Amino acid sequence: MKKISLLLASLLAVAFTFATLPAKAGSHAIEACLITKTDINPFFVKMKEGAEKRANELGVKLSFFAGKIDGDHETQVRAVETCIASGAKGILIAASDTKAIVPVLKNAQDNGLLVIALDTPLEPITAADSTFATDNFEAGRLGGAWVAAKLGADAANAKIAMLDLNESQPSVGVLRDQGFLTGFGIDTVDVSRWGDETDPRIICNEVTNGNEEGGRTAMEKCLQKDSGINVIYTINEPAAVGAYEALKAAGKDDGSVLIASVDGGCPGVADVQRGIIGATSQQYPLLMASLGVEAIKAWAENGTKPENSPGLQFFNTGVNLVTDDAASGVPSISVKEGMDRCWG
Amino acid sequence: MNKISDDISKDLQDQPKFSEDIGSKNQDHHSFDVGEQTFIKKIQHFLHGNPTMVPIIILILSVISFGFIAGGKFFSAFNLSLIVQQVTIVGILAAAQTLIILTAGIDLSVAAMMVLASVFMGKLSVEMGVPTLPAILVGMIVGVATGAINGLLVTRLRLPPFIVTLGTWNIFFALVIFFTGSQSIRSSDIEINAPLLHFWGERINLGGFVFTYGAFLMIFMFVVLWLVLNKTAWGRHVYAIGDDKEAAELSGIRTDRMLVSVYAVAGLVIGIGAWVSIGRVGSVSPTSFYEGNLDSITAVVIGGTSLFGGRGTILGALFGALIVGVFSSGLSIAGLDVLWQRFALGCLIIIAVGIDQWIRKVSN
Repeated sequence: MKKISLLLASLLAVAFTFATLPAKAGSHAIEACLITKTDINPFFVKMKEGAEKRANELGVKLSFFAGKIDGDHETQVRAVETCIASGAKGILIAASDTKAIVPVLKNAQDNGLLVIALDTPLEPITAADSTFATDNFEAGRLGGAWVAAKLGADAANAKIAMLDLNESQPSVGVLRDQGFLTGFGIDTVDVSRWGDETDPRIICNEVTNGNEEGGRTAMEKCLQKDSGINVIYTINEPAAVGAYEALKAAGKDDGSVLIASVDGGCPGVADVQRGIIGATSQQYPLLMASLGVEAIKAWAENGTKPENSPGLQFFNTGVNLVTDDAASGVPSISVKEGMDRCWG
Repeated sequence: MNKISDDISKDLQDQPKFSEDIGSKNQDHHSFDVGEQTFIKKIQHFLHGNPTMVPIIILILSVISFGFIAGGKFFSAFNLSLIVQQVTIVGILAAAQTLIILTAGIDLSVAAMMVLASVFMGKLSVEMGVPTLPAILVGMIVGVATGAINGLLVTRLRLPPFIVTLGTWNIFFALVIFFTGSQSIRSSDIEINAPLLHFWGERINLGGFVFTYGAFLMIFMFVVLWLVLNKTAWGRHVYAIGDDKEAAELSGIRTDRMLVSVYAVAGLVIGIGAWVSIGRVGSVSPTSFYEGNLDSITAVVIGGTSLFGGRGTILGALFGALIVGVFSSGLSIAGLDVLWQRFALGCLIIIAVGIDQWIRKVSN
């Protein structure tokens, strides 16, 4: 028995040594982490796919983490901690709570990791080594400006339904909403939250959770408040699709109601083509992700950090209004071009 | 001699007639000493005997109140029937949830099961060219199967249903994301390839009230389940198991088998709900009904069914769902910030459970 125990013990010791070797002997795959807000929003699903693709091309080993819902800060904190402990060289993060995550990410930087903010800038923006962002405020603003231009003089009597994300008002929801109102020409009062506006043209602020079912129920409630709604702002395309179903049920799917949305995924652009959505602001999550992975590789190999877009504190991956019904004074791209550049 | 017999027969006549008097005067020695009943106590007694009246009364009161607060926009035939449309899916989930809660269990995965079933229905018929009716059947089988999985895990592994369904919720949900990449199957594609999936979303106008076929189906399912629970042995066994599992076992009920069947039946209800949900939402949406699990439990609790099992009626869940819909609609039309809808929901839950506890305490 003693001989067997000795044999087993030594086998274990050898196995253990081998197991811990790769970290030192150098398998040389650069490790990085991608932390998104959720794993169910198609936007982040695509971001993950883009990151994965680029990472495979560059030989970077990517680990994925996501919160359960937009606003789930706790899961992201644990993800950062796990990442630091695993020996990764960099973190790509679309933060749910852009203020609270900062000290946690500082800790990562102190441990030699490069911190890249994706999609949503941190507060302060300089807390990240680099930011590959989309300007959600601009995305909303383009939609609002387009609607106002389309309505012309009637904008003064418009009746607007605001279909937002959820009651806890995550930053993406606030930026797009307030951007839309600014583009339309309505006073946002406090630009850091929605729902506090006093303009009588805003009929309702209802929440959708960013999905079709929520969009439908929210729009039904808004129509009950005022059946004359002729403008709908939506947080994203699934919510817009749901709102359209409500319009259809109310017999208002005749083109008299303008729907503006954000995201620019291929299904969304197809909905613009179909006339369900009037115009959508297209963002580029795949581009953000691949640029982020490239940045981490450069950091790991040369210690270089990425450069910002001129005049900006972040690298703007751009936002374009996609519509085939262009309005004067509001730059947009055609649906065809939108389909070429869409994600999903 | 005659006088004696007369006396005897007179005495016999005067003796209280045992069988008559039991029926007339002496009932009180086998009832509770209720003392003098105040009005409140009378209400408490009444509700104790008819617990479904609690959500019915709350529903009627809230409809009337919002009629005053929010006016004609709330109290119209169109809006009231719209509310029924809006709660149809959660109502069906709540029916399934009631079955499980009656057995002193709970199912945190009902909405994930429903979305998974709807994904099967949609993917098979729209993207893979399977004829619609078989695809729908497959979806319902998925509902039954996922329900049976929950039931088997609860009975075989002897784990609390809360834990099991917490796990399966995540598992089913992850499968949904895996199969769909979070992308919906759009309404227009369904209309072209498998329009039958939209059937329960068709609407019918009855003098200003606009109902979907799905709303009628929901009510029909509640009636059927009520009959099953109250008029069949299976239904009585469900209550028995929830009330006292050991006693049920000892009285000859095969509790493990029954439990699996309850979860499977709930799964069938959910599978039907999946079909109805496609009509409601229009598309097959993997991210929709994310809060459906908790919404179904909310409806059941507000409807007066005890989470401890063995007590409560299935119709309570229907009224519970309607109450939630009424508050959501009423507060919205009244112009209150959307967070008050959530606040009101929380208050409703606590009030409902509080009332349920109060009417249980009937005897001093």
